[in-house]
Amino acid sequence: MEKRKTFVKDVDRTLYDMKDTGADSYRVSKGLTKDIVAEISAMKDEPSWMLELRLDSLKTYHSLSMPEWGPSLHELDMDNLITYVRPNTSLKENWDEVPGDIKSTFERLGIPQAEREALAGVGAQYDSEVVYHHIKEEMIRQGVVYTDMEAAVKEYEPMIREYFMKLLPAKTHKFLALHGAVWSGGSFVYVPQGVDVKIPLQSYFRFNAPGAGQFEHTLIIVDKGAKLHFIEGCSAPKYNTVNLHAGAVELYVREGASLRYSTIENWSKNMMNLNSKMALVEKNANMEWVSGTFGSHITMLYPASVLNGEGAKTEFTGVSFAAEGQNLDTGTKVVHAAPHTSSIINSRSISKGGGVAVYRSAVSVLPQAHHVKSAVSCESLMLDSVSRSDTLPVMDIRNDEVDIGHEAKIGRISEEAIFYLMTRGLDEIEAKAMIVRGFVEPITKELPLEYAVEMNNLISMELEGSIG
Amino acid sequence: MSKLLLKVQNLHASVEDKVIIKGLDLQINEGEVHVIMGPNGAGKSTLANIIMGHPNYKVTEGSIYFEGEDITEARTDERAKKGLFLSFQAPEEISGITMENFMRSSRAVLSGEEVKAYAFHKELMLIMDELQMDRNYAVRHVNAGFSGGEKKKSEILQMLVLNPKLAILDETDSGLDVDAVKTVSSGINQFKNSRNAILIITHNTKILDKLHADFVHVLMDGKIVKTGGTALIDQIYETGFASMESISGK
Ligand SMILES: Nc1ncnc2c1ncn2[C@@H]1O[C@H](COP(=O)(O)OP(=O)(O)O)[C@@H](O)[C@H]1O
Ligand SMILES: [Mg+2]
Repeated sequence: MEKRKTFVKDVDRTLYDMKDTGADSYRVSKGLTKDIVAEISAMKDEPSWMLELRLDSLKTYHSLSMPEWGPSLHELDMDNLITYVRPNTSLKENWDEVPGDIKSTFERLGIPQAEREALAGVGAQYDSEVVYHHIKEEMIRQGVVYTDMEAAVKEYEPMIREYFMKLLPAKTHKFLALHGAVWSGGSFVYVPQGVDVKIPLQSYFRFNAPGAGQFEHTLIIVDKGAKLHFIEGCSAPKYNTVNLHAGAVELYVREGASLRYSTIENWSKNMMNLNSKMALVEKNANMEWVSGTFGSHITMLYPASVLNGEGAKTEFTGVSFAAEGQNLDTGTKVVHAAPHTSSIINSRSISKGGGVAVYRSAVSVLPQAHHVKSAVSCESLMLDSVSRSDTLPVMDIRNDEVDIGHEAKIGRISEEAIFYLMTRGLDEIEAKAMIVRGFVEPITKELPLEYAVEMNNLISMELEGSIG
Repeated sequence: MSKLLLKVQNLHASVEDKVIIKGLDLQINEGEVHVIMGPNGAGKSTLANIIMGHPNYKVTEGSIYFEGEDITEARTDERAKKGLFLSFQAPEEISGITMENFMRSSRAVLSGEEVKAYAFHKELMLIMDELQMDRNYAVRHVNAGFSGGEKKKSEILQMLVLNPKLAILDETDSGLDVDAVKTVSSGINQFKNSRNAILIITHNTKILDKLHADFVHVLMDGKIVKTGGTALIDQIYETGFASMESISGK
């Protein structure tokens, strides 16, 4: 029906909640020890330096304490998390070879269609390992590499060794240390100098085992003057055990290159999403983050850009929607480390039903970085009086020749606006959905169409559960 | 006999324990144009809001019927679906949604039918031309950044697009320049037919230039104190509202 299409798209929640019954071929015992880490490495037949990196990370993990700020993580019981789950299949390049149950999950997630609709390559992570990977031939001819991280460690060993966990070393925080010890799956992308990857690369991954954590690692290098749009999407079925996600994303954007990294996360409502993302942006390069956080029980996610070369630019655009039982702590970090660098930060957060949406940004300008420009705008919308929103912008400016603007708004949804829309025939939920979609429109308009639609669907889905 | 559309019977209403409407009666038939005049703060906008079911106003006594059905407790969107429409005195701004998408969504929920985008677009452009509205306003966000006069035109545009059975126009003419009053007035005239009705709340008779008012009511202190024909308007202009009060002072 047209009316559903225009503003309250009919959403089949089962699409996001389904789970497969397939057997896992391999599962490590529940606790986290040196032996387990060594076993993971051995299973993957890794070079010794990677085993050392894992073991060092494990040491760091044990030496670090839990974060002392942000949402409480007391529900997390690391001794009971199965850290590594390997699906009952090895890597497939051809869709037809992917086993039926796994395939049906992906098909219901729309991945093959997405590919048909001109998505360049699909790297879909099923539990901890990539099972389906495909990249269009012309891109291979251009020298673009898009592969799973396990394969990359072997095939592109020198490059991986040089860059892996260098932007995000294990010592950064406890969950990165954990990640370093048990990482599994993820993508490696290399775009050679001057190559413009015209269609977005997409990875779509999800969890499928109760109690399993996911520690995928994404490493992308966009070489000089090259261009890439990478889309990461996550959607996980519901489980009662607390699930942990501690992925890492490291992005290198070289001189004159540009990278857009888009994510829409819709983890199940019991997920602890403690993800780390960082980009190193060189001279005249451009890094864009687009980030939508809808799911999870707790999220701590602050994509960071280090503007390392003169003229480097970054833009962060983020939406988060915290409903009942959710504490979404998101934001971004920008380090202006070179002159004439600029940053734009735009975020919208929504909370309802007692949800907590906290937005944090940290913009720092180092002493050598003169003529820096930064514009921060963050807005929060609370849909009722029991929800909470905070914005916590931090600025650390160590150069006088800067142009910094900051705007923060926190507000409650307007009763009068809801009434106005209802006099035009919209019911209360439709009216709220229209207002919320309008509120995030500055962000959805930046997204590729199918993602804008998905984001709007997620908003409708969140609101439909909220009568009264 | 033409059909009774709206019947307001012995209405008493308050907001935050403040009594605003104090025993108000009003009947509007199909094909009629009613005018309500009255001093600032008399309760005119409150009446309009209550007819639309604004959640902040509590009806403490009396009833509202639309086409014979008691709608006193009906939800606002249900009233809209029955054919009630309010052109707001101070229309809301809704950012992030275009006028066109908004009106198309509204048309769809009101009619319960699919609204074809292209046909709707063509129809909308024609109506906008008639209202002498720049077509670009269709892709602007709902009332966002519109001037006072533009917002009022946007309300009349919505009325023409949604084609309600009863349109309540709350001071739609205030804030409009002379030319705009003319176009809005002819828009209203074009809307008007024997199957619908209009309730115009105004301080200004220019909007009535092209429109014959069947009834003029004077609303003071939460009650209709006098009802008459257009001659009453001249009387109000000559003697002011104060003289009306003495008439009602019983
Ligand atoms: N939401 C409200 N809260 C408190 N007082 C209100 C509210 N709405 C209207 N009033 C009061 O009710 C009276 C009538 O207001 P209104 O209906 O707007 O008058 P008008 O006839 O000028 O349209 C005024 O005294 C106004 O201050
Ligand atoms: Mg008024």
